[in-house]
Amino acid sequence: MTAASEIEHGTSLWRDAWHRLARNKLAVLGLVNFILITLFCLLGPSFVPYKFDEQARTLQSSRPGELIFARDLTRNKSREPRTDYIPLSKMIDESAFVSLSRQEVAEKVEKLKRRETVQAGRYTYSRSTRHHVLGTDALGRDLLVRLMYGGRISIGVGLAATAVSILIGVLYGAISGYLGGNVDTAMMRIVDILYTIPFTIFVILLMVFLPRSIWLLFLAIGAVEWLTMARIVRGEVTALKHREFIEAAISLGLGRLHIIFRHLIPNVMGSVIVYSTLTVPNVMLLEAVLSFLGLGVQPPMSSWGVLIDDGAKTLETTPWLLLFPAALFSLTLFSLNFLGDGLRDALDPRASKD
Amino acid sequence: MIKFTLQRLLQLVPVLLIVITVTFWMSKKAPGGPFSAERKVAPQVMAKMNAYYGLDKPLLQQYLLYLKNLVLRGDLGPSFTYPTESVNQVIARSFPVSLQVGSLAMLLALFIGIPLGVLAAVKKNSLADYFSMSFAMSGICLPTFVMGPILAIVFGLWLKWGNVFGLEKSGNAWLPPIFLPALTLGLFYGAYVARLTRSGMLEILNQDYIRTARAKGVGSFRVIWKHALKGGMMPVVSFLGPALAGLISGSFVVEKVFKLPGLGNEFIKGAFNRDYSLILGTVIFYAVLIVLFNLLVDIIHAWLDPRIRQ
Repeated sequence: MTAASEIEHGTSLWRDAWHRLARNKLAVLGLVNFILITLFCLLGPSFVPYKFDEQARTLQSSRPGELIFARDLTRNKSREPRTDYIPLSKMIDESAFVSLSRQEVAEKVEKLKRRETVQAGRYTYSRSTRHHVLGTDALGRDLLVRLMYGGRISIGVGLAATAVSILIGVLYGAISGYLGGNVDTAMMRIVDILYTIPFTIFVILLMVFLPRSIWLLFLAIGAVEWLTMARIVRGEVTALKHREFIEAAISLGLGRLHIIFRHLIPNVMGSVIVYSTLTVPNVMLLEAVLSFLGLGVQPPMSSWGVLIDDGAKTLETTPWLLLFPAALFSLTLFSLNFLGDGLRDALDPRASKD
Repeated sequence: MIKFTLQRLLQLVPVLLIVITVTFWMSKKAPGGPFSAERKVAPQVMAKMNAYYGLDKPLLQQYLLYLKNLVLRGDLGPSFTYPTESVNQVIARSFPVSLQVGSLAMLLALFIGIPLGVLAAVKKNSLADYFSMSFAMSGICLPTFVMGPILAIVFGLWLKWGNVFGLEKSGNAWLPPIFLPALTLGLFYGAYVARLTRSGMLEILNQDYIRTARAKGVGSFRVIWKHALKGGMMPVVSFLGPALAGLISGSFVVEKVFKLPGLGNEFIKGAFNRDYSLILGTVIFYAVLIVLFNLLVDIIHAWLDPRIRQ
C-alpha cells in the first residue's frame, strides 16, 4: 500500500465514534458490565443445580451462603423417605433439640460442621451439599437462580420493548418527516396529544384488562415508548430531506419507500442508537414498576421488579432479599446510562469539534 | 397570552374525550366485572345489582349516560369498591394525600437539584461537579421502589425519625408522616433536575450576554443566580410536565411502600377490582390534572423566555 492511498483513507463516522467511545472509560465499563450481566443471566442457571421455581420446605429465607444440614427420619417404616433441609440459623429451633441446652446444641452443630452425623429424637442430621450463595426466598427458592431468570425477563423485556419502540418510532418519524406538509402536521399533532396522556396509567390498564402475558407486557411498553423516538427521527429527516443526496435520489426516479428505507433511515441511525440505549433502562424501569405493583410478570416467573417487591415485603427480617436484586438492577441501570451518555458524546456531531 | 391560554384549554376537550372513550370501552370489553371477585349470588340478585348500577343497558347507552352525567353535573358515578361512597367522594378524600406528597416531592427535587446542577456547571470538571453528577446518576439508577424501602428501614425503623406506615404519627417520630415518601420521590426527580440544570446552565454560561454582564462588573454570584439561572432553567421547566406524570405513577409506588391512603392507591385498587367507575374517574382526573399542569408549564416557559410570547 502506498502512502498516498493511506492518506486518502478517511475515517467513517462510525469508526470515529467508536474511537471516541473507546476513550470514554465509564462508557466502556458500562458496555462490558452490561454484557457480563447479560451473560451471567443467560449462562448462569446451567451452573446452579436448582430450578427457579423449586421450593424447599423448611428452607425458607436462609441466609446467603450459610451452612445447610439435611434432616432424615431415623426409623422410616411407613412413610416415603424424605429429606428436609435446615439452615444453620434455624437449628436452635429444631424440635429435636428442644430439651437440650444452648451449649449442647452448639456442640452438636460443631459435630455436624465436621461432617459427622448426629442423632436426635426421631431424626438423623448430616451436613448437606446444598449451598445457596445468595440464600433462599420466603418459599425456599434459591435466590441466585431466581435472580438470573429474573434478569433474563427484565433484560429481555427491556431489549424487546425497545425494539418495538424503534420499529414504530423510526417508521412513524421518517414517514412524517419525509412527507411533510399537512400529513406531517397531522401526524405530529397526534404525537403531541398522546404525549399529554398519562401513559403509565394506560399500560397499567392494559395489563389489568388483557390477559397477563409477557408478550403483551413488552408490546404495551414498546407502544408507549415510541413517541420520543418518532420526534427525534422526524426532526432529523426533515433536516436531511433537502440535502443533495436525497435530491439526487429523487431525480434518479427512486420511489418514496426506497428513499426512506435506503437513504434516510440509515442516516438517522446514530441518534436512534443513542436514544435506544437510553430507552432500555427506562423500559426496564417501567417493567419493574409494573411488576412491583403486581401487574407485570406473574409468579412463579420472576423479574427483577418481582424480586424487589418480594424483598421489600420482608425487608426487616431478610434484607438481603431486597439488597441483591436491587443492587444488580441498579448496576444494570448504571451501566446502560453510562453507555448511553458515552454514545451520545461519541455520536453527537457537536462533540466532534473539541 | 389570553388567546394562547384559551387555545390550549380548547385542546383539552378532544384529549379528554379520547381518554374517556378509550378507557370506557377498554374496561367494559375486558373479561370480568366488578362483581366477579365476590362470592356467587343468585342470578336475580345479580340482575338487580346490574340494574342498580345501570350495567344492564346497552354499552352505547351506558357510555352516553356517563358522558351526560360527567358534563352536566361533574358526576363520576358510584363506586363499586366503596358502596357507600361516590367516585367523587373517593377522589376528594384520597387526592389531598397524594397532592401533599407530590408537592413536597417536587419542592425537594428543586431544592436538591437546582443548587447541585448550578454548582456542577459553574465548577465544571471539578470535584464538586463529579460529586453532583454521581449523586444525579445514583438518583436515577436507584428507582423509587428501591429507595423507598431503604429510606423506610433506615429513617423509619432504625432511627425512628419518621413514619413507615400510613399517616398516623408513630411514637416519637419528628418528621411529618409524608416526609419519607416525598423524599423518596424527591431524590429521584432531584437527580433529573440536577442533570438538566447543569446542561442548561453550561449552555447559558457560554452566551454573550453573560460575558457582557461579567464585563460590566456584575458580581459572579449575581451573574449566576440572577442572569444565568433564568435561562438555564428552561430544560428544567420543560421537564416539569413529564415530571408530574412521573410523580403520579411514582405515587403508585410510594403509596404502596409507605401504605398511604392516596389516590394512586385507589387507582390500583380500582384496577384490580375491575371497578369501572373508579378507574374511569381517576383516569379522567389524572388526565385533567396533567393537561392543566402542562398548560401552566407553557405559561411559565413564556414568562421565562420572552421569545416564545410572540
